[in-house]
Amino acid sequence: MEQPDPGPVPVLALRDVSKSFGAVRALRDVTLDLFPGEVHALAGENGAGKSTLIKVLGGAHRPDSGQLLLDGRPVRFRGPADARDAGVAVIHQEPALFPDLSVAENIFMGRQPRRSLGRIDRRAVRAATAALMRRLGVGLDPDRPARGLSIADQQIVEIAKALSLPAPAGRRPAPAGSLPAPAGDAGSAARVLVMDEPTAALTGGETARLFAVVETLRAEGTAVLFISHRLEEMFRLCTRVTVLRDGQRVSSEPLDGLTEDDLVRRMVGRDLGELYPEQRTGQAERGNGKAALAVRRLTREGVFHDISFEVRRGEIVALAGLVGAGRTEVAQAVFGVDRADAGRVEVAGSVLRPASPTAAMAAGLALVPEDRRGRGLVTSLSIEHNIGLTGLGVIRRGGLVSRALERGRAADWAVRLRLKYSRLSDPVGVLSGGNQQKVVLAKWLATGPGVLIVDEPTRGIDVGTKAEVHRLLSALAADGLAVLMISSDLPEVLGMADRVLVMHEGRLTAEIPRELATEESVMAAATGRGGRAREDAV
Amino acid sequence: MTTTVERPSAAGQSGERSARSLVDAVFRAREITIAGALLLLVLGTWAANPRFLSDQGVKDLLLNASILVLLAVGQSAVVITRNIDLSVGSVTGLSAFACGQFAADSGHGPGVVLLLGLGIGFVCGLVSGALVSFGRVPALVVTLGMLYVIQGVGYWWAQGEQISASEVPDGVLRLGSGSLLGVPYLPLLAFAVLAATGWFLRNYRTGRELYAIGSGPEAARLAGVPVRRRVLGAYLFSGTVAGFAGALWLARFGTVVADNAHGWELTVVSAVVVGGVAITGGTGTVWGAALGALLLTTIGSALAVLKIDAFWQGAITGALLLAAISADRIVNLRVTRALRKRSSRHGHGA
Repeated sequence: MEQPDPGPVPVLALRDVSKSFGAVRALRDVTLDLFPGEVHALAGENGAGKSTLIKVLGGAHRPDSGQLLLDGRPVRFRGPADARDAGVAVIHQEPALFPDLSVAENIFMGRQPRRSLGRIDRRAVRAATAALMRRLGVGLDPDRPARGLSIADQQIVEIAKALSLPAPAGRRPAPAGSLPAPAGDAGSAARVLVMDEPTAALTGGETARLFAVVETLRAEGTAVLFISHRLEEMFRLCTRVTVLRDGQRVSSEPLDGLTEDDLVRRMVGRDLGELYPEQRTGQAERGNGKAALAVRRLTREGVFHDISFEVRRGEIVALAGLVGAGRTEVAQAVFGVDRADAGRVEVAGSVLRPASPTAAMAAGLALVPEDRRGRGLVTSLSIEHNIGLTGLGVIRRGGLVSRALERGRAADWAVRLRLKYSRLSDPVGVLSGGNQQKVVLAKWLATGPGVLIVDEPTRGIDVGTKAEVHRLLSALAADGLAVLMISSDLPEVLGMADRVLVMHEGRLTAEIPRELATEESVMAAATGRGGRAREDAV
Repeated sequence: MTTTVERPSAAGQSGERSARSLVDAVFRAREITIAGALLLLVLGTWAANPRFLSDQGVKDLLLNASILVLLAVGQSAVVITRNIDLSVGSVTGLSAFACGQFAADSGHGPGVVLLLGLGIGFVCGLVSGALVSFGRVPALVVTLGMLYVIQGVGYWWAQGEQISASEVPDGVLRLGSGSLLGVPYLPLLAFAVLAATGWFLRNYRTGRELYAIGSGPEAARLAGVPVRRRVLGAYLFSGTVAGFAGALWLARFGTVVADNAHGWELTVVSAVVVGGVAITGGTGTVWGAALGALLLTTIGSALAVLKIDAFWQGAITGALLLAAISADRIVNLRVTRALRKRSSRHGHGA
């Protein structure tokens, strides 16, 4: 077994680290050891605190309490640059690139090899980038701008960025012959490599290539922290695993001897069945209703292609797939936020005017967006104003917006959704994530929609509120609402949906009825591995 | 399923290559278009009135353009970081008046006067830059406030007085009127600043980081770019250049009042945007901005030579600005779309 004995000093460690955002405690007293030469898996549900932990390791967040240890000595990262200089490379789940700059500049920004007079050595930058691309086995031109790269290619750029990080000179005795990387040598790498869902958008070949690179790094003594929702990848690549749940560490142990079921139990902390309302099982009359929403051959060039499906009254249809598969983009186009290049959307049988959210709302469509704080809410406005926003045409008296009607509407929905708040005039920003989500839901449900599109409805909210949101969606569907639910949370998809649509790289690859939907069948279609050819939606 | 198939790297390469040359061509096209327009304008005006390209005509044109070019270079550094500096007109005005007062009172030569101008600009840039970068106040508001505050300081200082050319030492005035091998000093200085800035922005890490900040502020932070220090640096540069321009203003005109460059900030921003520096940051060069400044100045001079009412200048500048921004938007959409298509490497057939 490759697990290090307790002897060696962890290259990077967290000791009782806590981090809160407003009322949300994202991390509570988390301890983690990363040893040189190990690939360590970090597991946990969405919202368990993985991303926060990564940001602490990468210097993007400063912990409220607790310590970071580098080679056993306390260290403080004042920003990402500090972490980088200490040899900690982070591949973020959602790539953050400079669209206007070239791939090579994206990779080496701030660290470009230099020549005389301190000038950037463009040739060396390009050569080093080309070498990295060869190492990763991809043919990405170093000189092309990052604008327009697919999510997978953006991910490649992030990976290349992490791999290009030279081991810091002078900070430790470097292994023989690997001192500060000469330009063009892409062989040196970080001391600690953190990868947040690096494979989410990669093809099978690219994934294999990445794993080979990781294995090389590990053999050279790099400590790797690996996050993936694909459990089989963890078992293939990792030696130890730390499980987070609700911001706390549940366990840290060798992967050997664990089964996937063990891992899932630790992540979820209870049996899956308890989480989802029982009325979601066996509803025979479901799916016989009329199509409330029909999407016909919707295409947006380079984003998604030929998307057709229906959602019937009283039905919850999940849209599953990996990050970047184009699900959110489909929702945006259906609601008219983005213009589709081809195809049409029908609501209750009539064709929707394209690219008009106003028309979509008038037809009874509601969209609860993924980015709650950025798009779903005006966080500085009060709860009642937020809920009132979608009904400014209704809550009027004599042509003016009536505060009393607005408050009544808000109070009504606050009760129905069991919103926890002190005053309706409080700004939404002070609420917890789960309660903010309820306000967004209230805002849209108050419009009395016939079709509700929810994008990641429970991302980043606590388990209790999550269950409430699930119950609410079920109740709404039982009342005849058609629900289209985009979710990356597999248990949620399997627990809630009457049908599962799966997208992979901009295309619908499977439509799986509830009885046949399993973690395996959905993931297979989402990764494009052997998903069944999909018959056209009826 | 096509997913396990490795992309054919040769085909991928050639696709990417053409994508790159497309983008290159687009950006070069911007500068070529402006240069072309400039040439047409100059030739047309010359045909109508040959005096336009006489020795004195060309000299005047260059002298007139110098200060605007300088300010445009400073402004570009700020705009590239997705910020704006509206205070440059006021800074130039204050610096010109302060330098005039100082030179008249002390009789110092051009060296000390220029230093004073630089210092005044530096301080103004420091205040704006600190508020924008460390105070996290939107640049538009900060620099608009600075515009009025600095203007107010200028009025208070001048008390309605003016410094006339006869009070300014000859050494200072010679900086404005003298020349080297027939080329006046002012355009030479402006060109030197332009070339040095262009070289710096292109070849140094700090320069590239300014582009990175404008292109993706959050990505820049995650990449370890010291965003606030760099933005502060851009404002310091813009302010210092404006202070420098003020001292040159004094040298050129001799007579200065409290609000010399009143309203110039908008002309400067127009020149920068017309010259292809995106107002949303991340793209464009100081060379383009300088061409934009030269074009706007030439339009003004040409109108005078052609005896067209001066009020048309504003309208033409505005139309150019709108055309430039529309062109940016259209080109941006086209390029993004083209690049997106080329990067869909998993064979999504059309």
